[in-house]
Amino acid sequence: MVYRLEMTPRAGVGQGTGKLIEQASQYFGFEIQSAAKSDVLTIKANISEDEISKISKEIVNPVLQDGIVGQIKERTFDWFIAIGFLPGVTDNVARSAREAVGDIVGRSLEEDEYIFSSREFFVTASSLSREDAEKVGRELLGNVLIESVNVLSYDEWKANGAPENLPLIEDETEPEVHLLSLEMSDEELETTSKEKTLALTLREMKIIQEYIRKASDDPKRKELGLEGKITDAELECLAQTWSEHCKHKIFDAIVNYTDENGNKEQITSLFKSYIKKSTEEISEEVDWLVSVFHDNAGVISFNDKYDLVYKAETHNSPSALDPYGGAMTGIVGVNRDPLGTGIGSELLINTWGYCLGSPFAEKSDVPEGLLHPRRIRDGVHSGVIDGGNQSGVPYGLGWEYFDKRYIGKPLVYCGTVGLLPRQIHGQSGADKSIIPGDFIVMTGGRIGKDGIHGATFSSEELHKDSPVQAVQIGDPITQKKMYDFVIEARDLGLYRFVTDNGAGGLSSSIGEMSTQCGGCHMDLSKAPVKYAGLQPWEILVSEAQERMSFAVQPEKMEEFAALAAQRDVEISNLGTFNDSGKFHITYEDKTVCYLDLEFMHDGLPRMEIPAKWDAPVHEEPEFDESDISDDLVELLESLNITSNEFKCRQYDHEVKGLSVVKPFVGVNSDVQTDATVFMPEALSTEGIILASGIAPGYSDIDTYHMMASVMDLAIRRTIAVGGKLGHIAGLDNFCWPDPVESEKTPDGQYKMAQLVRANKALYDYSKAFGVPLISGKDSMKNDSTKGGKKISIPPTVLYSTIAKMDNIEKSVTLSAKRAGDKVYVIGDTKSELGGSQFGLLKGAIGNSVPQVDADYAISIYNAVSTATEKELCHSVHTPALGGLAVAFAKVAIAGQLGLDVDLNKIPSDDLTAQEILFSESNTRFVVTIAEESAAEFEEIFEGLPCACVGRVTLDDELIFRQGQHIEAAVKLGKMSKSYKSTLDNV
Amino acid sequence: MSSVKTLVITGFGLNCEKETSAAFETAGSEVSRIHLNDLLETPEKLADFQILAFIGGFSFGDHLGAGTVFSNRVKYGLKQQLEEFINAGKLVIGICNGFQTITRMGIVPAIDGLFNQEVALQHNDSGVFRDSWVTLKVNEKSPCVFTKGMDLVPVPIRHGEGKFVPMNDEVLKQLEDGGYVAVRYADPVSGEQTSEFPLNPNGSANDIAGICDKSGRVFGLMPHPEAYLSPFNHPHWTHQKINGTLPKEGLGLKMFRNAVDFAKENLV
Repeated sequence: MVYRLEMTPRAGVGQGTGKLIEQASQYFGFEIQSAAKSDVLTIKANISEDEISKISKEIVNPVLQDGIVGQIKERTFDWFIAIGFLPGVTDNVARSAREAVGDIVGRSLEEDEYIFSSREFFVTASSLSREDAEKVGRELLGNVLIESVNVLSYDEWKANGAPENLPLIEDETEPEVHLLSLEMSDEELETTSKEKTLALTLREMKIIQEYIRKASDDPKRKELGLEGKITDAELECLAQTWSEHCKHKIFDAIVNYTDENGNKEQITSLFKSYIKKSTEEISEEVDWLVSVFHDNAGVISFNDKYDLVYKAETHNSPSALDPYGGAMTGIVGVNRDPLGTGIGSELLINTWGYCLGSPFAEKSDVPEGLLHPRRIRDGVHSGVIDGGNQSGVPYGLGWEYFDKRYIGKPLVYCGTVGLLPRQIHGQSGADKSIIPGDFIVMTGGRIGKDGIHGATFSSEELHKDSPVQAVQIGDPITQKKMYDFVIEARDLGLYRFVTDNGAGGLSSSIGEMSTQCGGCHMDLSKAPVKYAGLQPWEILVSEAQERMSFAVQPEKMEEFAALAAQRDVEISNLGTFNDSGKFHITYEDKTVCYLDLEFMHDGLPRMEIPAKWDAPVHEEPEFDESDISDDLVELLESLNITSNEFKCRQYDHEVKGLSVVKPFVGVNSDVQTDATVFMPEALSTEGIILASGIAPGYSDIDTYHMMASVMDLAIRRTIAVGGKLGHIAGLDNFCWPDPVESEKTPDGQYKMAQLVRANKALYDYSKAFGVPLISGKDSMKNDSTKGGKKISIPPTVLYSTIAKMDNIEKSVTLSAKRAGDKVYVIGDTKSELGGSQFGLLKGAIGNSVPQVDADYAISIYNAVSTATEKELCHSVHTPALGGLAVAFAKVAIAGQLGLDVDLNKIPSDDLTAQEILFSESNTRFVVTIAEESAAEFEEIFEGLPCACVGRVTLDDELIFRQGQHIEAAVKLGKMSKSYKSTLDNV
Repeated sequence: MSSVKTLVITGFGLNCEKETSAAFETAGSEVSRIHLNDLLETPEKLADFQILAFIGGFSFGDHLGAGTVFSNRVKYGLKQQLEEFINAGKLVIGICNGFQTITRMGIVPAIDGLFNQEVALQHNDSGVFRDSWVTLKVNEKSPCVFTKGMDLVPVPIRHGEGKFVPMNDEVLKQLEDGGYVAVRYADPVSGEQTSEFPLNPNGSANDIAGICDKSGRVFGLMPHPEAYLSPFNHPHWTHQKINGTLPKEGLGLKMFRNAVDFAKENLV
């Protein structure tokens, strides 16, 4: 029997369609007068009339909704738009409804009983054509990658009623393994790679061809009927394992680098030569590095009870195609990294950051085939908001950076901090192992076609044929249930090894786990699938979400399975780990893969990539004299400085009750902080400081100084809230345009040289500051050729830090606290307007990019830390984009107090007022101090650039003077408004 | 005297178990965290406790409306035991998703008896989830056990569906007249209730943030007192520290102390 349950808001309760009306006007210029909405459940089950009315009564909220079994007939509207899910797509609402229905009828529904959810909209818009209504349905209400859209006119609806929503799968395809001969021409090899979205180069295809030729001698392959042939799954599996996304071929390549003077240098692996090397060298000096680079996330020690785990990722390509879904899987995906680190860590804090095109970009600036940046921004935020909030993990850092080059590809950074027990079951929480004979167990969501080719497609540029099925669909609640289960099973010691299933799916997770003990045998027919018709290779490489892989010791298997059942978590035992040296996969008795593990993981020789550095020379701008007040106001309004509080407040930052210095601070909690402080558990005195830095604008001049600057920025932000050097770890997340010279990328050598220079700085400053890198990630093909226009992102590095704080009670925020306090500026201001936001405002890049002197920076940091340790500072803030002018403004706005600042007293060379106020020189702080603490404070800074430049005042304005002459005066109200209005409600 | 025992129900996307446990433990109670599925297997265990907490989170992803699926499961699996628990004069608190759950289940305000839904929590007027600190004004006329002796309480809210809606005007009148309203959103400066956004963050009727039943022993609210256990949780604590107004402990803790103290005196 098929029932339809329609729920609609009760009279007087809002329809919740305001956003639809607003966005239809904003995105498309459509005028919708009104819109009503129904939520519909379609239930195909063996359920009686009595039962369905009981179900209706229980599910409908009597205060908010009217509900009816059947269809509400009396309505007036112009267009009916129904949004349901496509066959096979995870329908989370329906899953919850299944639980409720089961509780009500007193039995679980059978496999052949179905519930589907859908949404119906009744739109009154006299001027809307059918085509327009389709557009609203397809682009605004639905997502055609995963949802069906049905549009009917009023008359059609009146005559036939709403169409029945039963997206059943009727694929009867038998699972098969196809054998392929690779004895083909080079051209055919390339075509094969392209057609199958393998993203394998000709060189790589030839290596595989050679391997298959050699493997023909293997009697076992003969016996399995694979002689001279490769299976479809083997080819897919190698493509995943060798994808840029998984293998980091560019960071591992041999680089032939020529510097600006023609000096040549050969670098074998940027990763090993700069990133890993600096950490290894620092590890000889510090005792708090627990596990770096080899697990899913880096681990550092925190205290006797806990270690800290931190990882950041990007999810750029999926977010470009499906901003909501792509970004959601970005955040819930990176959550699984700490969860799969060591023996499994609890999730503590999320971080996010997005590089986007302006939400106010002209439509004509967006090439055809790309989504408008405003839609990308709205979708990305919503995805991470829903993913993070529903997982119960607070966000600790969030930022946005805008540049028109991100119109081609948005960058979506997501990170997660985890808490790992220092000791568990008599061993370090960071340790795990696999012993031959352990079972291969997968938990979590079922496997579907979603996310197939995710790893390979994100390893190439976004082009018109980019596969839509590469986007995964996230379900935070399935993952939350699995997460709770993993932590419970961990504490009971029910498994030996855990890792996450991310890019490359089982092929990647089990492939990597197999190297722990030397082999595996796995039967894919035992893996739970969302629907029939999946081919073995699809099961192997699907990136369906919410899955973790385990090695379970046989004696614990029963208990592991029982606990999973009790927690409504699906698990499957797929086979055993062994020491055969083979990645042996079957589907029932069919051989799917029989590959040498060694070849999978070490069979790919390094690439060789040329790089040549020619320092760009930009026109040196001559800035005319301008009104400082106007410039400051314009900067406060500009996208890279203005407050994005409207979006940020939609992210939970308080869950767990651990937040000490929050993302927004000040008397009105409306100014973005330098860094945040969290307790690791309720009522703790120790804390964790999170900070980050990003400055793609400097990459246009020199990526070496860009990198140095973002490192200084993150570290000095840590210092600003009360941190100190000595227990800070770094994370590097590189996002680059394709740096390999080719027809498509004629400037590859320059882009590769930019990459080399950024890495050199990363090594130099990690070492100098004693801040080791514990984890990182790179995304190397951030270009788009859609609409016939190539857009490459500016080289972008997110540098994030995590630091231990001994006593949270000594945290400092940036707001001015008390009138009469003295205002100090610490650190030299230099003529460094190159790549600055002020330059951007005036249309200039220039060449004088901010630089970092590490030794000098360390003495400044140490002095500031001494001052905060002694609790001398009422406020500390560190200038970033927009320089000192913006920094003073933020201190004033946050405290709702005035500042009177004498520019002549600011430590600097002989500079113009513009240079003093808007240079983005590194290693500077603005501090306010009570009169009575001033002498002790000044003593700490003896011999360092530090000067009292003015006072905090009760006047509601920020005054910049040069002696008696008032250079500029801006009212607090005006500054607040400028800082807060640009993205208010956007 | 044996100690007070609190039950925190977990699972299915709930996520405030740690801080809620910490709140009750700090207030002097023993705390057991039990997954709903385990509790439903041995429902008689509920009788071992004096305080029951329905905590915050996203049970079943808020699908079909916040609290719907979870309250349905509790109602079908634990109705009798819950009824006995409440009739025995024991304490129930529902926070955020827990508040949505207990209103959906109809154990608060329960003007017309148990398991009869009379109020609901609707989508915020702003249309979006919001995280911010608000100030609560305690209704001194309410018999609410949890808010006894409290006046103005700063606490965070974090919800998308928090707008308090009564079934009809009659229900609202009964809530007001009968002292069911326990806490309202207020202006921190004047201390008066307010409908002004963002002080009232969701557009709740009569600025209602939390209600109790007529005994005052079953209490639900949208804000999160368990997220203000430490004085360093407050958004302005760095200002309070300099002004000398930093409290010794987080002001949200008092609600849990009130509950545990009441249970100590009356229930163990």
